[in-house]
Amino acid sequence: MGISGFLATKGYASNPRRLMEDLIHLVFLILGLVAVGSVLVITIYLIISGLPAIVEIGPIEFLFGTRWASTAKEPEFGILPFILTSIYGTGGAILIGVPIGFFCAVYLARIAPKKLREVMELCIGVLAGIPSVVYGLVGMTILVPGIRMLFNVPDGASLMAAIIVLTVMILPSVINVSLSALDAVPREYEEASLALGATDIETYFRVTVPAAKSGIFTAIVLGIGRAIGEAMAIMMVAGNVANMPSLFTSVRFLTTAIASEMSYSSGLQREALFSIALVLFLFIMIINAILNMLKKGNQKI
Amino acid sequence: MKKAFAVLLVALIAMASVMASGAGEGTATVSTDGSTSMEKVILSLAEQYMADNPDVNVTYNPTGSGTGITAALEGRCDIGLSSRALKDSEKESGLTETVLAYDGIAIIVNAGNTVADLSIDQIAGLFSGAISNWSEIGGPDAPVVPIGREAGSGTRSGFEEIVGVEDACKYSQELTSTGAVITAVSQNPGAIGYASLASNLDSVKAVTVNGVTATEDTVKSGEYAIQRPFVFATLTDTPLSDAAQKFFDYCLSAEAAPIITAAGAVATH
Repeated sequence: MGISGFLATKGYASNPRRLMEDLIHLVFLILGLVAVGSVLVITIYLIISGLPAIVEIGPIEFLFGTRWASTAKEPEFGILPFILTSIYGTGGAILIGVPIGFFCAVYLARIAPKKLREVMELCIGVLAGIPSVVYGLVGMTILVPGIRMLFNVPDGASLMAAIIVLTVMILPSVINVSLSALDAVPREYEEASLALGATDIETYFRVTVPAAKSGIFTAIVLGIGRAIGEAMAIMMVAGNVANMPSLFTSVRFLTTAIASEMSYSSGLQREALFSIALVLFLFIMIINAILNMLKKGNQKI
Repeated sequence: MKKAFAVLLVALIAMASVMASGAGEGTATVSTDGSTSMEKVILSLAEQYMADNPDVNVTYNPTGSGTGITAALEGRCDIGLSSRALKDSEKESGLTETVLAYDGIAIIVNAGNTVADLSIDQIAGLFSGAISNWSEIGGPDAPVVPIGREAGSGTRSGFEEIVGVEDACKYSQELTSTGAVITAVSQNPGAIGYASLASNLDSVKAVTVNGVTATEDTVKSGEYAIQRPFVFATLTDTPLSDAAQKFFDYCLSAEAAPIITAAGAVATH
């Protein structure tokens, strides 16, 4: 009785197709809310579980403390080493990876023969698809002993090894995004430049690249996002000791700090790990905000 | 469209009834949760027990000693597994410990290292940084590279407590599994690490401690100094379910001892 009354008031009884339409709308709305809901739940959960430890430890001591000893008798929770390591590691990977990726993209977009471009794009696709644990495994068995012997240090598991692994890992996204930005530059721009007597290389770097500038920035920011969020691969090559970062010491990133201690943690230690996650989350939010700004800039051009 | 909805509805009802009947079939579940070091032991025991008692399902969740103890305390599992003795605070909060077995912690060095025997003091010195080159204790001229487990690991706290280097270790690497430690030690000529005796130590060299080789016999007799208990943590005031109690008793019975031994630990009973 109630249902038929409801159907009548909405006019669905006389128009069953409208009922169907509205039902489908509802289904799609719910599906859409799954994604939005996940973000909300994760954000709220991180803030609720991350804040207490920051308050208990003290924000200054937590963010700028230089010593992390979570299971010591008098535990200390300073995450400055992790923050700096994440910044240095990501910065290093960008410093090495972006020029390689950028020049590779320019070459593939404009200079490489078509056949070669196809083969190389395939390889880059494979590189992007390799699971991070495989990067870590190869790094652990080849890169770490390699660095030890090459630089004659006691142990190769270091920031250096992490930077190299991260560099390789960000290459595919840097190359792919730069490549599509360069491909989107209209031929007419280049033809105008060539007609004025510029050489090919002059044209690429004076006309094509500036026209694709914001796309290339997007590639860099994407690379930063990928590097700062990576955990598995660098956990296997960085040594994971909470030292202040320098090139040949064993270091711990924000991500690996969470991953390496999570399974056995308890009490304030566990809460502090959530606080690290909150800090990492903020970093990634900032990077996403920059990315969105760049994308908006893109659309204007 | 109506047909599609009807089909979907029927499918849902069918699924729900299947799941409901599965849960109500009378298979009892015994859940264990905790130490990853105890994985081999508990899985061997569970496998044999489930073969003997097909109506019982024993689950194991490899989370780590700390998590397992918390899970037992909060009633999220029947038996918490810990590869260290319970702290007084944990006992006060309502848990009882039952020692299932002992595990020896082997001290491992690179296979090419000539050092064959270490005293506890030397091990402490090597891990705390007081001895920084192997030549100081009659080994090759190579820098000491201490490799350990992450903070919170049962193997690490067990090792540091026995050797007396709590919070004093200058690790060169902190890795999250026994296998990773063994791999790292096997690759670095100056490395020293520790690993459960139950793990596969073929690629590295286990040194003798105070002249005693780490074997099941020396661990059981107490001659080998670096050892730790494998503990069942259960609620003191709440009795176990029938199924859990039976599994618990089975694990501590003489019948289970050969299985524990086969898994590389030393049974207490």
